[in-house]
Amino acid sequence: MSFVTAENIFQSYGNRPILERVNVTVDEGEFISIVGASGCGKSTFLRLLLAQERPTRGEIRVGNAPPAVEPGLDRGVVFQKYSVFPHLTVRENIVAGESFRARFGWFAGAARNEARKRADETLARIGLGHVAHQYPATLSGGMQQRLAIGQALTAKPRILLLDEPFGALDPGTRLSMHDFLTELRSETGMTVFMVTHDLEEGFKLGDRVLVFDKPRWDPTDPNAYGATITYDFDARDGGIPFQRIEEDTNVLRPA
Amino acid sequence: MRLINRQPGVALKSALAALPFLIAFVAYWIGSEIRLAANPSDKLLPAPETIAATAERLFTEPDRRSDRILLWHDTAASLTRLFLGVGIASVLATIIGLLIGLLPHVRATLAGFVAVLSMIPPLAVLPILFIVFGLGELSKVVLIIVGILPFLIRDLSQRVMEIPRETIVKAETLGASSLVIALRVALPQLLPRLIQAIRLSLGPAWLFLIAAEAIASEVGLGYRIFLVRRFLAMDVILTYVIWITLLAFLMDLALRWISRKLFPWTEAGL
Repeated sequence: MSFVTAENIFQSYGNRPILERVNVTVDEGEFISIVGASGCGKSTFLRLLLAQERPTRGEIRVGNAPPAVEPGLDRGVVFQKYSVFPHLTVRENIVAGESFRARFGWFAGAARNEARKRADETLARIGLGHVAHQYPATLSGGMQQRLAIGQALTAKPRILLLDEPFGALDPGTRLSMHDFLTELRSETGMTVFMVTHDLEEGFKLGDRVLVFDKPRWDPTDPNAYGATITYDFDARDGGIPFQRIEEDTNVLRPA
Repeated sequence: MRLINRQPGVALKSALAALPFLIAFVAYWIGSEIRLAANPSDKLLPAPETIAATAERLFTEPDRRSDRILLWHDTAASLTRLFLGVGIASVLATIIGLLIGLLPHVRATLAGFVAVLSMIPPLAVLPILFIVFGLGELSKVVLIIVGILPFLIRDLSQRVMEIPRETIVKAETLGASSLVIALRVALPQLLPRLIQAIRLSLGPAWLFLIAAEAIASEVGLGYRIFLVRRFLAMDVILTYVIWITLLAFLMDLALRWISRKLFPWTEAGL
């Protein structure tokens, strides 16, 4: 049973088409890597999944819910930067994952103490217990992203969207973040979409790798056509990148 | 070595910082000496020791007629007006700035209007304020508000819009309503900017305060300066000017200190 369905998605900004005819279905618990050249609509597709933007045509459904009109609790997100709240301590950032849905965004009394206790457990699990009282700006890039992922998971979203989450990290930190993410995923079994520039990372972490590219190309007007999913690799076999192309994609094969 | 790469040492830095003050003082002193040598009863540039004596008298000795130390009364009256004006303007600017920055409908409605309002020279509408609000405290406080509110609104709404979209979207995915985003994401990030904006608008606030007091008042630092101007009492005027400068400087210092104490996260990265 498909969990996330994108049906005939078109997206254009003004006269400029960005995405055209994007069709994809994703099962619950799958890890989808999204790769492609710059300007090929990867991040646009992620924003559509996030419901930060709505497609010009077509619709995206998560579960049985009607297409979302704005970002909400069912979608968690981690961006490359600015994914944590700079004015809250590390612990309060985690508590915010639960308290922001309250009427005024605050917990009081017993609820607050319990939320803090749960936050401390989360922090211990993601290895940030020792910096609970610091502000995010004092943390390294890797720690900030770990905090951002932990915060997003605290809200228990149905799908987790990652927009080049490790793009700004050094290679060593990136590797340990891969382990961290793999571990978290085996615990939660969450459906994940991750946009990345790093092919190796995409194939290593993903169950499937979606490649965005422009199937039609007008050399005199490179912006004339939008991008779509040109390849849909099964990455579970472990090989890089010579997987079989999944049969049932409606991909326009390059001539 | 290029000039842009030359750094003064610690001692030289302090000396350089003190230098302009010293030069200004010495220049005044020499000017005063020259004028007093030509005419011992010259009132334009009183000797520094005359100013010091006047200052001591103003700060300690009560007025013969009212038996009150006028300087302290002037200070209290002026500071009350200033704090009221700046305080009310800050609260209004924070609320309106948040609304403009966060809500596209409010932004479409008010942004252009505020931009036009901020072009009105506040002193030009001072007569209207006196007519509408009378000559009492209200018109002076209102002048300060009218003077600095448009700037504060424009600055703060801009700051709200500068909050990275990612942060707002993140809050949305945590289930935050518009109200929660305003109260828990935008407002806390706006407050340190508010203090910066207040520091910048303190200068204009003093300007409008003294202008209003000069025209119609019975007490206040600006009133006193413009009153004794008639007697060419430069020693009193200079004492008041130095006192006002000191007050403004201390306020600036206090605001900076408050910002550091209340919002440690703004400097956490440095």
